[in-house]
Amino acid sequence: MPIKSYIAHPTEGRRNELIMKLKEFSSCNITPATNQEIVIVVTDTFSNEEDLALHEKLINLPELKHLTLVSGFSDEEIIN
Amino acid sequence: MQQVDRRVFVKKMAISAAVLAAVSMFPGIIFAEEQEQNIPKGDLEWKKAPCRFCGVGCGLLIGISKNKAVAVKGDPKSEVNKGLCCVKGYHSVMALYGKDRLTKPLVKKNGIYVETSMKEALDLVASKMKGTIKSHGKDSVAIYGSGQWSIADGYIASKLFKGCIGTNNIEANARLCMASAVTGFMTSFGADEPMGCYEDIDHANAYILWGNNMAEMHPVLFSRMLDQRLKRNAKIVDFATRTTRTSMAADKSILFKPQTDLAVANAICYEIIKNGWMNKNFVAKHCKFNAGKTNIGYGLTDDFKFKDEPKQIDFASYKKFLEDYTPEKVEKYSGVSARDIKYMASIYGDPNKKVVSFWCMGPNQHTRGTWMNNLIYNIHLLTGKISSPGNSPFSLTGQPSACGTAREVGTFTHKLPKGLVTNEKDRAFAAKIWGVPVENIPDKPTHHTVSMFRALDRGEIKFMWIQVTNPMVTMPNLKRYRNGAEKEGRFIVVSDVYPTPTTDVADVILPSAMWIEKTGLFGNSERRTQFWEQMVTPPGEAMDDGMQLLEVAKRLGYGKYFPYSKDKFVEEVYTEYTKHHAGKKHEMAPLEVLKKESGMIWPFVEGKPTKWRFNSKYDPACETEGFHFYGNEDGRATIWQRPYEPAAESPDDEYPFWLNTGRVVEHWHSGSMTRRISVLHKAMPNSYVELNPEEAKKMGIKNKDKVKLTTRRGSIVMLASVNERGIPPKGQVFVPFFDEHFLINEITLDSYCPISNEPDYKKCAVKVEKV
Repeated sequence: MPIKSYIAHPTEGRRNELIMKLKEFSSCNITPATNQEIVIVVTDTFSNEEDLALHEKLINLPELKHLTLVSGFSDEEIIN
Repeated sequence: MQQVDRRVFVKKMAISAAVLAAVSMFPGIIFAEEQEQNIPKGDLEWKKAPCRFCGVGCGLLIGISKNKAVAVKGDPKSEVNKGLCCVKGYHSVMALYGKDRLTKPLVKKNGIYVETSMKEALDLVASKMKGTIKSHGKDSVAIYGSGQWSIADGYIASKLFKGCIGTNNIEANARLCMASAVTGFMTSFGADEPMGCYEDIDHANAYILWGNNMAEMHPVLFSRMLDQRLKRNAKIVDFATRTTRTSMAADKSILFKPQTDLAVANAICYEIIKNGWMNKNFVAKHCKFNAGKTNIGYGLTDDFKFKDEPKQIDFASYKKFLEDYTPEKVEKYSGVSARDIKYMASIYGDPNKKVVSFWCMGPNQHTRGTWMNNLIYNIHLLTGKISSPGNSPFSLTGQPSACGTAREVGTFTHKLPKGLVTNEKDRAFAAKIWGVPVENIPDKPTHHTVSMFRALDRGEIKFMWIQVTNPMVTMPNLKRYRNGAEKEGRFIVVSDVYPTPTTDVADVILPSAMWIEKTGLFGNSERRTQFWEQMVTPPGEAMDDGMQLLEVAKRLGYGKYFPYSKDKFVEEVYTEYTKHHAGKKHEMAPLEVLKKESGMIWPFVEGKPTKWRFNSKYDPACETEGFHFYGNEDGRATIWQRPYEPAAESPDDEYPFWLNTGRVVEHWHSGSMTRRISVLHKAMPNSYVELNPEEAKKMGIKNKDKVKLTTRRGSIVMLASVNERGIPPKGQVFVPFFDEHFLINEITLDSYCPISNEPDYKKCAVKVEKV
C-alpha cells in the first residue's frame, strides 16, 4: 500500500490537459502550482503491483514531459 | 494513531516533501490549492494576523478550533501577499506547539533551574533591577529586545527604561540587521524607511537585487516579481557574492568580490553621468552633494568612537571623484566585468525603464553599510528614479516589526519614538506624552548592541533583560559575549517561548506568550502597520512580553505612568503611541481601521495611505510641487561621495577564504521556532558549509564530509555542502546561522559600520580544512 509523491512537468502548453487526465486516476491526488507549470502528484495504491502499473500509465501520458519522484512511503512506514 | 489517520498523515507528509522539493527547484513557487486542501474540515473561526516570521508582513488567515490554531491560509485581501503564502508562513502556527514550549518561569538556584510562579519570578526580576540600580547606577541595567517585539512591547520597554528608570540602555536586535538602512535613509533623506511600497513591483520594468537572496528570504515578494516577469517581461538582475536560488531564477546573475559593491555602485554612477543619463533637472532641483570622512575604521576596539563630518561639495568635485571608478578600473578588483557594470548602469540609465533596487542584509551587514545604502540612493537620485510607482530604492527588513517597533517606536539607545535623545525638543515632546519629567530622559546615548554586550563583559552593565531574541546564537564573535554574560556578578533575564542558547545563560527565564496568543501590532518593510487580536490562550503561565514589563514597572514604583487596563493595554498603548507620530509626515492609521483592514501604510492622511512619499502627487506632506524631500531642512536629498574601502579582515595566506553567513528558506533566523516545525526541520535538519565545487574537489572534500573552519576567533567542524543549495565562487565559503548545534558566530568578526554600528556578518577570513 505505497504512498508516493512526484513533481510532474507537463508537455509545453498542455498543463491543463495533464491536470484533467491526472484527475481521472482515482489513486492520484494532484496539487497544481499556482504560479508555475508543474503539478504535484501523490499516488496512494493498494499494492506494489498496482503502484508499478499506475506509474507506467502516468509516464506514458503524452501530456506529461517528465515525472520526478520526491518521496515514497512503504506499508511498514505507514503502519508505524 | 489509527491506520486510516496515519495514512492521511503520511499523504500530507508526501505532499509537503514534494512542495519543499518544488520550492528548491522553482524559487517563488506557490501552491494556493494545497493550502486550501490541507485545511481541516469542520467549523473553523478565521482571524487575520500578519505572519510571525520575516519582514515582508504577509497577511494570514488563521483557522481556530477549540482554542487551538489548526490552519493557515494567505489572506486574499492582503495587498502584501494577495492570498499567497510561503513555506514558513504556511506552517507558522505549528511553531506554537513545540513539545518543549516554556510554560513556567524558571529561576537558577545553585546552577539548577527551579520552577516558580510568575509572581515570584517577576518579584525577583524587579528586586534585582532595583538593587542593581541602587548599587551601581541607572546605566548598570539594560534591556535588549527585538524587531519581533510587537509595537506595544517595544513602546512599554522604551518608556520604562528611558522615561522612568532614566537610562538609554535599550537596544534591539534590529541593530544587527537594518541599522545601516536607517542611517542610510537618515543621511540621504533625513527621514527613515522606504519612500515606496510593494506596489512598485507591479510597475517596474527591472528589479536589481543587491546582495539579496530574495527567493529564499522574501519568497512571496520574489514570486510577485516572477509573476510580473511572466505578465510584463520585467527583468530580474541578481548582483551577489555567491550563486543562489535567486541567481538561478534571475534573468542575469552577476557576481562580485566581497566589499567591492561599493566600487561597482560608484562605477554605475560614473557611467550614468558619462553617458548623459543623469536627470539633470531632477538633480538640480532636488539634490545636493556631500562628502564625509574617509578611512573610518571598523569598531574593533572597545574604546572605538566615530562621528562623521559631512561637507557640502559641488557636482564637479563629485564627478572628479568618480573618475577613480571607471568600469575598467573597478573590473580589476571587483571581479565584475566592465561590460556587466555598463549593463547594470544602462538599466538604471534607460529613461523608458522603471527600476526597483531591492536589498537587505548584503549592503546592511557591511562595515560600510551606511555608505552602501547611500550609494544605491545615489543611483536612483542621479536618474530621478525615486518616489514614483515602479521607481524605488527599496531596503527590505528581515523581522516582522523591525520597522514597526525598532525603527518607528525607536527601541535604540539614541532614539525616541519621534526624534533623538540628544535633541532637547524631542525629549520634551516624548516626556509630555509619556507623562514623565523631562529630566528623566538622559540626553546622551549609551551603548549600541555590540557595545552593550562589551559593557556586559566588562561589568559596566550588570543586569540585562533579553526579550524575543536569541543573541547567544546571533552575536558576532559570540564566545566573548557568552563568556561575558556568564561572568560572576551579572544577572540575565530572558523572556522567550523555547529553550535556546540564550536561556542557557539566564538567571531567570520567563515564558512568553507568542504571536496570536496575545494581541499585537507589527509594522512591515513597506510602512504597513498590522493589528491582530489574541486568538488562543498561551500555555501554562506564559505571559505577553509587554505585560511582563508592565508588571515589573509596577513593582519598581512606576505604575502611575502605565495606567492601562489589563485586557486592553495593547490598544491603549497604541493609541498613546500614535500621538508621537501625529501629522502628515507620519500619521498612523487609527485602531478601528487596522482592525478592519489587512494593515495600513503610513502616513495615513485623511483616511488614505501615502504610498509614495516625497512626491506631491501622492504625498500630502509635500510643501512644494513635484518632489520634496522634507526630511532634510532644505527639502533636498543628498548624493554622497563615498569611496571603496576594504573589509575589516580580508583573506591572507593563513586564512585564505572569505566566510559569509546567512539564512535558508526553511528556517527563520536562529531557528528557535522553525526548528520546532517538523516539516521544516526535516527538510533542513542541520547547518553546513557551502564550498566551491572545484576547490572542494581539489581539497578532496565531498558532500557531507567533515570540514574544519578556523578564523582568528576559533574553530568549528561542520558538514560540507557541495553543489547543493548555493555555490560560492572560488575563495569563498558560506554557512547558514540557524543551527544552534553549529554556532558559526563563535568564529565571525565583531567589526561594524562606524556610522550605523551594525556588524558585518558577511566578511571575515577563514581557513578551510578537511577533517
